[in-house]
Amino acid sequence: MILAWNISVFVLGLLIFGATLRLMMGPTAPDRVVALDAINTLVVAIMIVLGAVYKQTVFVDVAIVYALLSFVGTLFIARFLKRNYL
Amino acid sequence: MDILTLVVYILLGIGLFFNLVGIIGLLRFPDVYTRLHAETKTTTFGAIFISLSIVVHSLHQYFHANDASGLSLSIHVVLAILVLAFTNATGSHAIAQAAYNRGQKPVRAVVDKLAEVEFLEKEAEE
Amino acid sequence: MIAFILTAISAYLAYLIFTAGSWTGQELIAGGILAIIVAALTSGFHFRNNKIKCNPIRMILALLYVLIPFFIEMAKANIDVAIRVFTGKIRPGIIKYNPQLKSDFGIMLIANSITLTPGTLAVHVDEESNDLYVHLLNIAPGKEQKGSWAGKDIFSWFDLSAWVRRIAE
Repeated sequence: MILAWNISVFVLGLLIFGATLRLMMGPTAPDRVVALDAINTLVVAIMIVLGAVYKQTVFVDVAIVYALLSFVGTLFIARFLKRNYL
Repeated sequence: MDILTLVVYILLGIGLFFNLVGIIGLLRFPDVYTRLHAETKTTTFGAIFISLSIVVHSLHQYFHANDASGLSLSIHVVLAILVLAFTNATGSHAIAQAAYNRGQKPVRAVVDKLAEVEFLEKEAEE
Repeated sequence: MIAFILTAISAYLAYLIFTAGSWTGQELIAGGILAIIVAALTSGFHFRNNKIKCNPIRMILALLYVLIPFFIEMAKANIDVAIRVFTGKIRPGIIKYNPQLKSDFGIMLIANSITLTPGTLAVHVDEESNDLYVHLLNIAPGKEQKGSWAGKDIFSWFDLSAWVRRIAE
């Protein structure tokens, strides 16, 4: 079971590279924000799986706080985009 | 290998597959709205299934080996998934609205009802 | 005052869930003090008016809504998106959808559900008429000239807006 979770962490890390590709080549700023959102979700998933691997509940707590903070970040970036600052 | 372990593997596989689909859609679709479709739905769904596999594994450990250490972990995981679903939906709504307010039209659209509504000027006046 | 008490109770419940597994006497007292501080700071803007519908039947319905119709629609939408990602057949467009809801909470719930369910994405919410402008990934041919869509046009098996009307109105 531990091995399967480690492999899935590896796969999710590779998927983060895919999202980073879109982050680098996205033609407009909203595309980059979408890629950033995808990376945030994947990082939360990785933290949850690592919490199960090491049997540490703290990892999942950090994941919750990370999700909330990234949500606030996304909202602020969207607000800036709306006013054409970026 | 008993049947619950198999269920855990299947749930994990479904979660990874949908995450993969989300990233492929993010790289393949033509404009920001369709990319949001692919990204928001599939990565949230994939994260839900990965967490379900963890919850099933903890319950299996509890009932089979009487190991209660995973129970508080699964409560926190369920909470994290609720937070993730809510924030992903609201965040994608904010991104879509910001993209439309910047004047990005949906590519290959067959209909655009929002173009008839004059809300861009109202936002600019504030 | 009732808003203060409700906010304090929900904050304390959230604290209890977050610290499940390590409850000691000191922690419970500290959580109570924190809940009272949070309620004193934030009860003003959690409830705009004092007409609170805190019916337990509605809460059970909300749980049922998340578990059965919402989850099934979400699974269908994800399989649909997966097929469209691999085949590349899309016919996108933005349509007007009137969920016939009035309360803010109902609009919030239906906008969030619609973003995660069937090939749709809420782009803009009209504050006066409560219309949602929804981006669809695939519009069936011939349907694009329709003026305002109803719930049964968007959802296939369960009409989510009827469920939300039962929960939030």
